[in-house]
Amino acid sequence: MPPVKELHVNGAARPVDADPARMLLSVLRDDLGLTGAKYGCGEAHCGACTVLLDGRAVRSCTTRVESAAGKKVSTIEGLAVGEKLHAIQEAYIAVGAMQCGYCIPGMIMSALALLTKNPEPTRDEII
Amino acid sequence: MNAPTLDELAIDPERYELLDALFNAEATRRDFFRIAGAGVIVALFLETEVVAQPKGGPVPREIGAWIHIGEDNAITVYSGKVEIGQNIRTSLAQVVAEELHSPVKSIRMVMADTAMVPFDAGTFGSRTTPAMMPQLRRAAAAAREVLLDLAAGKGKTERDKLTVADGKVAGPDGKPSFTFGQLTKGQKVMKVIPATVATTPANKWTVVGTSVPKVDGRAFVTGTHQYGSDVRRKGMLFGKVLRAPAFGAKLTSVDVKAAEAKPGLTVVRTGDFVGVVGPTEYEAMKGLALVKAEWANPPKQVGAKELFKHLKETGRAGKGGFGGGGVAQGSIEMGIKAADKTVKETYTLAYIAHVPLEPRVAVAEWEGDKVTVWTGTQRPFGVRGDVANALGVTQDKVRVIVPDMGSGYGGKHNVDAAIEAARLAKATGKPVRVAFTREEEFTWAYFRPAAVIEVNAGAKKDGTLTAWEFANYNAGGSGLRMPYAVANVKTNTYSSQTPLRQGAYRALASTGNNFARESVMDELAHAIGMDPLEFRFKNLKDARLKAVLEAAAKQFGWGKKPDAGRGFGLACGTEKGSFVATCAEIAFDKAKKDVRVIRAVTAFECGAILNPDHLKNQVEGCVMMGLGGALFEQIDFADGKILNPDFANYPLPRFRDTPILETVLLDRKDLDSAGAGETPIIGIAPAVGNAIFAATGVRLRSMPMIPNGLEVK
Repeated sequence: MPPVKELHVNGAARPVDADPARMLLSVLRDDLGLTGAKYGCGEAHCGACTVLLDGRAVRSCTTRVESAAGKKVSTIEGLAVGEKLHAIQEAYIAVGAMQCGYCIPGMIMSALALLTKNPEPTRDEII
Repeated sequence: MNAPTLDELAIDPERYELLDALFNAEATRRDFFRIAGAGVIVALFLETEVVAQPKGGPVPREIGAWIHIGEDNAITVYSGKVEIGQNIRTSLAQVVAEELHSPVKSIRMVMADTAMVPFDAGTFGSRTTPAMMPQLRRAAAAAREVLLDLAAGKGKTERDKLTVADGKVAGPDGKPSFTFGQLTKGQKVMKVIPATVATTPANKWTVVGTSVPKVDGRAFVTGTHQYGSDVRRKGMLFGKVLRAPAFGAKLTSVDVKAAEAKPGLTVVRTGDFVGVVGPTEYEAMKGLALVKAEWANPPKQVGAKELFKHLKETGRAGKGGFGGGGVAQGSIEMGIKAADKTVKETYTLAYIAHVPLEPRVAVAEWEGDKVTVWTGTQRPFGVRGDVANALGVTQDKVRVIVPDMGSGYGGKHNVDAAIEAARLAKATGKPVRVAFTREEEFTWAYFRPAAVIEVNAGAKKDGTLTAWEFANYNAGGSGLRMPYAVANVKTNTYSSQTPLRQGAYRALASTGNNFARESVMDELAHAIGMDPLEFRFKNLKDARLKAVLEAAAKQFGWGKKPDAGRGFGLACGTEKGSFVATCAEIAFDKAKKDVRVIRAVTAFECGAILNPDHLKNQVEGCVMMGLGGALFEQIDFADGKILNPDFANYPLPRFRDTPILETVLLDRKDLDSAGAGETPIIGIAPAVGNAIFAATGVRLRSMPMIPNGLEVK
């Protein structure tokens, strides 16, 4: 299979040269230097690797990079506009939601996907 | 070489490594200035080493921490502690800000870089707050005095008319007024002080004791915070290491030809160590799959099924490790005779994993005969020694840098990935990154010890405890001490042969010992027909423990009757100078065989509180982590293999498992601050167990209690 040559990440076309079977997480982190999404489990359970594909939250640790080709990839690095944080980021700071913070980028991206679709979710919808 | 600026030192890790590794016993005054640049340095040496230092000569070996105030006003703190999510980067900065009357944001913390900071044994045992915090307080207070001296000299002002405020030293009418930088400019003042300087008492604190937000919060929410796993070096390659199919299996033959034939891959073999290095992790992984290895059958090993029998049979009386040791007082036989009701039961504790969300990871880079390793560990200097030993170099050739990491929970005292990365980097001549997969982390880290706990206890009908015999096999003595008054008491630890690699865990054995003790206290209370809270008060002498129990019970509304299908339970405990009580409410669904924890109220007291919001975070984090071990976490293993090394088979508390969490913090400004990262975990398991008994009449004596739900006939 041909390598993936380009990804659209945070509004820009980024050249890559990645084996299509590699995981999106690895390409984002190792090839593009976008280390905000984290490896936690490699089995789509923990959510630390969550990014958006065309607005939908996906676990990038189990998403082959070929399935991201031609789609819009959104990562935590693209969320703030200049110095201005997104409301979700502000909220995480305001309530001191972080301890080690390792999962926070994934949580924020999951929250973004949920709130975009459903601005007033119930507790059950959140958990 | 010009000294780097403080910005380079504190903020840009890729630049400050230009410095030679220097921190060793022979560090001199000049060395400190070489690290930090001109200015004022206050180094605090431990009280054990009060000796006169010749000017310019070697500084004492036992430096605990040091602070530098530079020409650019920056205040930089050097400490060997690591940030694991417990928020000491913020709380320690608050302490320095308090004594130097300066904004928290003016304080920079250089932490856990073995070339930059004083030796530190590690970040564990809830020691940062009681041990490091007072050292930094005193160093900062001493630095303030030096600044006053300098200002008095420079401004030709009487020293006692000067005040330090908002990062400046000023006279009565604001004249003269000097910034710290103006005072330290061109200076090379170094004070080495004993640990006895007067500091601001807790009741006068204005910065410490307040909920200062996490100093680098923005970096976390923007994804720019650099963890060890995010370190990327120029030309860095990725390594994967061949793992044995079972513990104790020996490599008998290995064929690496197919892997070596792949372009871009390097195979490294030293003894049983086989690693494959490639340009991406994916290629390294595919290369490793091409390695054909034969393994000799591992020795027969005990599995989870035979575990508790094995621990009991191999138990040998002794100090027991992990803070073991016991006491004997009075006569258990007499105490049991005097009792109206007795409980003689065995409790068990499974092995569990720490499951830091960031698995072990390291990047190693050699330059000549020196290696720098970026990794996440709670023992930076320990890992430096481990790498040096494994690579056959002296410790001064190894530099370990620990970026703030993705948690540890007592589980990151060793880092095999650091040694593996160093080996592979040496062999390839390139920086190499080794990252454990989740399965590797589950299998090749270490576990919280499993235990068998035997209890034999008695009480009179009036609630008086008469006998307490308590023995822990394998897990150790933390939480063994009996906090209740009882005339006849005997506690012991036994060392057993452990089939799995085991080590520290948040709060150590007290997770199990406190569970067993507080469950048996509940058993006795029910046996004599006394309310469990009243029974505890009847036997408690410790005012601090009583206070948290009272506070938790009050907040919870202890004494109310639970709704149908619900149950209330409580428990308390003390470890490492702090005190916790937890009340829990559970709901039991008989048809679904399901127990849910609905509400958990925790009262906690650890002396004078440094940062209430961050303390609440620690308490809540402990309760959530404790729920996993209480309800369902357990390592399954057989024949030297871990059978559930993934999140699909090793359940952890999720959002849906989160009860309503309420935290009551008791602030004792009259008492020294104790650490808070561990003790709040010890109350939740027994509180939940006691609540399950209250709801169902079933006494659960094994942690985890309900790995497969709860069936009640």
